[in-house]
Amino acid sequence: MLLLALFSASTFGQKYFTRNGYIRFFSATPMENIEAVNNQASCILDIETGEVVSKVLLQAFQFEKALMQEHFNENYVESDKFPQAVLKGKIINLDKIEINKQGSKQVQINADLTIHGVTKSLEIPATILNNNGEITATAIFTVKPPDFEIKIPKAVANNIAKEIEVTVKFNLEPVKK
Amino acid sequence: MRKLALIISLLLIAIWGLAQNIEDILDEQLAEKPKTEFATATFKSVQLINSHTTKLPDKGDLVFLIAHRFGPISAGFSDLWGLDLATIRLGFEYGLTQTTSLGFGRSTYKSNYDLFAKQLLLRQSTGERNMPITLGIIGSANISSDKWPDDGRNYLFAHRMSYSLQFIASRKFNRSISLMLMPTYIHRNLVKTTADQNDILAIGAGGRFKVSNRVALTAEYHYLLPGQTAADFKNPLSVGVDIETGGHVFQLFFTNVSAIYDAAYISETTASWLKGNVRFGFNISRTF
Repeated sequence: MLLLALFSASTFGQKYFTRNGYIRFFSATPMENIEAVNNQASCILDIETGEVVSKVLLQAFQFEKALMQEHFNENYVESDKFPQAVLKGKIINLDKIEINKQGSKQVQINADLTIHGVTKSLEIPATILNNNGEITATAIFTVKPPDFEIKIPKAVANNIAKEIEVTVKFNLEPVKK
Repeated sequence: MRKLALIISLLLIAIWGLAQNIEDILDEQLAEKPKTEFATATFKSVQLINSHTTKLPDKGDLVFLIAHRFGPISAGFSDLWGLDLATIRLGFEYGLTQTTSLGFGRSTYKSNYDLFAKQLLLRQSTGERNMPITLGIIGSANISSDKWPDDGRNYLFAHRMSYSLQFIASRKFNRSISLMLMPTYIHRNLVKTTADQNDILAIGAGGRFKVSNRVALTAEYHYLLPGQTAADFKNPLSVGVDIETGGHVFQLFFTNVSAIYDAAYISETTASWLKGNVRFGFNISRTF
């Protein structure tokens, strides 16, 4: 009976979580490459419903040059006004995929991504790997600064890519109650 | 019976977990370990106008600061309202760590070399650690390389030295407004007359008001505490504008100071705003 109860509790709406997720964005232009890494992204994934929510403090993106980081926060994403980027989404092909089971699966996530106070719908292809109950979610997608009303002055228009590549890697652990 | 209670409670937890919004669960988890967020970009540059700020070059970065103070505008047309006359300082400041910087400068005024160290003691932050202000301390030693007057006196090397010690308490109130308070102690080994003070105390205040993402209005003032210096010299007052373009910060301002290092501009300003002896000046800082 006890085992049954534990089983039901553990599979019922099983959620996985991280607070140390990795997000990198990369802007490549002939002028210069700009890279920023954040190791403090948070994410929660419900493997029953396929719901996923991720929040990241924009201030925690580390740039190679401190001045780039200051400009990113002050002039582009305005992180004092809009401190977080938030992604809320759902895995749409969940019924064919059992995340519970070992192995790597391709999933499609329909997500609303909010940056700079502007929400944009995206379809993100992601990979979810279950290795003995350790879940690793990875994804690569692109975002366009104008979609989020991030203005880039003409003077630096050639230094910032039209499409910014975003790489995500989250090692998720079961949520402890 | 105990098993049943356990089962029910476990089921309740499971159901509660289901009913709860997934975002709320994330927020709950995050609230367990709040992160410390430091206030950033309280000031645009390592100097506000004449005063140092609590901004340091990032670790490993070198800031090159070119400072000009022109002559008094009251000099009129013949000196192009002061633009023919200028005192300058060329300075470097290097970020040794995230909270320590070392600097060096050479000024026209008194052919002075200044060496300084800036150390942050507290950093304004919210979250796990709440700190309302950033507190820094800056010490400088100055060596004047002026030729001694030919007056038969015996001058020593020590007579070339002056020092300043300043606390800077700053707070970024919101995205636009940052203010700082700067109590300063100045010591000069040599003064002109016996009546002059070797030791001087002053309290300064300064701030910036951002009008856009790249432009800010700035002002700073130092009040000399009553004494011989306060009676003979003027309190330095400056107002200006910061303009940021990529890697440069341009600071344009009006001021009554002509010296450009702490121990001199605070204690040896003679020009008066009231008499129109205001000067135009600028700083350009470039980060490497």
